[in-house]
Amino acid sequence: MNIKMESRNFTIPEKEYMFPGHVACPGCGGALAMRLVLKALGEKTIVVIPACCWTIIDGPFPMHSLHVPVYHTAFETAAVAASGIKAALEIQGKKDITVLAWAGDGGTLDIGIQSLSGVAERNDDIIYACYDNEAYMNTGIQRSSATPKGAWTTTTPVGNPKGEPKKNISEIMISHRIPYVATATLAYPDDLINKFRKAQQIKGTKFIHIFAPCPTGWKMAPELMITICRLAVLTNIFPLYECENGVKYTINIVPEKPIPVREYLKLQGRFSHLQEKDIEQIQKTVDFEFNLLLKKAQLIV
Amino acid sequence: MKKVVTGNHAVSYGVKLARAQVIAAYPITPQTQVVELLSEFCASGKLNAKFIKVESEHSAMAACIAASASGARAFTATSAHGLALMHEMLHWAVGARTPVVMANINRAMGPGWSVWTDQNDSLAQRDVGWIQIYCESNQEVLDTTIQAFKIAERVLLPVMLILDAFVLSHTSEPVDIPDQEQVDEFLPPYNLKTKLDVNNPRAYGGLTNPDHYFELRYKIQKAHTEALAVIKEIDEEYKKHFGRQYGLVEPYRCDDAKVILVTSGTITSTARLVIDEMRDEGRKVGLLKYRVFRPTPREILRDILYRAQKVCVIDRNISFGHGGIFAQEIKSVLYGLPASPPVYSFIIGLGGRDVTPKDIREIIEYTYKEETPAEPVIYRGVRL
Ligand SMILES: Cc1ncc(C[n+]2csc(CCOP(=O)(O)OP(=O)(O)O)c2C)c(N)n1
Ligand SMILES: [Mg+2]
Repeated sequence: MNIKMESRNFTIPEKEYMFPGHVACPGCGGALAMRLVLKALGEKTIVVIPACCWTIIDGPFPMHSLHVPVYHTAFETAAVAASGIKAALEIQGKKDITVLAWAGDGGTLDIGIQSLSGVAERNDDIIYACYDNEAYMNTGIQRSSATPKGAWTTTTPVGNPKGEPKKNISEIMISHRIPYVATATLAYPDDLINKFRKAQQIKGTKFIHIFAPCPTGWKMAPELMITICRLAVLTNIFPLYECENGVKYTINIVPEKPIPVREYLKLQGRFSHLQEKDIEQIQKTVDFEFNLLLKKAQLIV
Repeated sequence: MKKVVTGNHAVSYGVKLARAQVIAAYPITPQTQVVELLSEFCASGKLNAKFIKVESEHSAMAACIAASASGARAFTATSAHGLALMHEMLHWAVGARTPVVMANINRAMGPGWSVWTDQNDSLAQRDVGWIQIYCESNQEVLDTTIQAFKIAERVLLPVMLILDAFVLSHTSEPVDIPDQEQVDEFLPPYNLKTKLDVNNPRAYGGLTNPDHYFELRYKIQKAHTEALAVIKEIDEEYKKHFGRQYGLVEPYRCDDAKVILVTSGTITSTARLVIDEMRDEGRKVGLLKYRVFRPTPREILRDILYRAQKVCVIDRNISFGHGGIFAQEIKSVLYGLPASPPVYSFIIGLGGRDVTPKDIREIIEYTYKEETPAEPVIYRGVRL
């Protein structure tokens, strides 16, 4: 396996910014993602949360489990609310505060994409993290445009599972030519933390796409959460990569012998209705997409 | 067929029976089950409709309006923030005279985020020109859904039917679900006279200068005025087919009542019990359920209310800077009548706080007892 990561000798910072009492389900990828990201960004961070599971996870008023300020905003406004906060901080001369927009896949790929695209086009100085659990989980598992083809959700019932492929949000953001786009996941916490630290040092719009399983919505055992993240990377379903300025790609992990997608799919109830031919089709698509990514990474710019 | 269903599923069954052809919707608590069941109906072929799983409510409404203008019966459902996001398109549906039907599950507006019931979401859309009907039971929800299509298509105005979050949306009740043939007899297929048509190339909704715009608005208002009679007629026709009717408003034990309480939505059911109790005690109290909110059923409200000595109104909503919205409406309806009864205005239960029989009794008692209300608006249960 070819691994290009900043460092393999890494310890996760001990300092916590997320405390017990949050109300995430067992094995929530989104919860662990926040915990790690705040470790990376530190206390001078303001978190902007649109409607999503994290609206709930942080805790009901007057409680709150993060030790950084949290600004809740309307579902479609995460990116631009972060821009507003950043502008207000800058005009007051507060230059050392990181503004983190933290949205789900629905809030990012669907209802929030207009304001996200606007922010990216203006290159506003924020970090936008999308924790992707591949459906609207807050409202009870409805499909989003991040739901993979073939998956069950309550609005793509068995017998009529999702027919469209997952929207490729990272490539959409790369097309905006923003300074930094990266993907990350929880089985590789060092990589995830490094990417957020790197993003914090760059001025302009940074977009990080976190693969964050939802055992409840994916119908899988919560203790498999990290395994699923690792399988997503080692099957090439969710490759770990970075792209700088819209052109310079780095793939962080290139498995020498990718694991068949079947191994990933079979652990999740949301795929249990898939037939052999569906799985073959998914394998083909994954291979095709990864080859395309490899080609992009070979671009000399 | 009798079935035990939630308020949300009562909507879905109504939409299926009405044979909606285009559904465009976006999930939001507490509306999601409406959409989930409809998507199952579409997936299994039980309902032959195109379901557009849009990326926002703004798009949901835009798609429904366009579908409706192109000759298909269109439906959506939403709540709170979803309805607010649709605002621009709510105007559009009216201006375009498209008979879209929508269910709104009354949910409080954030921030702070709330999923529980109050009426500020739908009442904030009071002036956009939609017909608004507030429902009390799951049976009424189903029946109103079917009626709504017929009303909308007759007067060419969109119709919003409204039910309380959780208290109705997630509560199961036995509901009589009519047969498809019966509904087909009652509700003819969608047939818009003017629609997008390549054989009749017209432009819709273009720039309209001051020479024309005013008349278009006047006609919308005229349609609202006419809608009152149409809603009544369709309700009576519904009774002939299905044995149930609801009226524009529903007076309950109002004859000879000295104090009449005005309610809407599910608070009405609780209030009915309180009225019965107080009547048993020999108190002359009555109840008026405000069902059709837009267009305003002015005459019938006046006929019933002016006979009372006092009127009290329960609002689970607030127009900030003014007061309870139903109370405001009732006052304006009664204004100018000789010796019109004073209106006592109570705001209660915002953000889904329980409204108990005790609350309702105390509101009525207060109105009975006090010569005039202590304040123009009385807040019940605020903990400061
Ligand atoms: C305008 C608007 N429409 C709908 C909703 C309801 N809503 C709240 S969270 C949510 C789904 C969020 O999905 P995603 O962004 O993927 O985050 P997740 O819940 O999966 O963490 C929806 C539909 C809302 N709050 N506001
Ligand atoms: Mg999600």
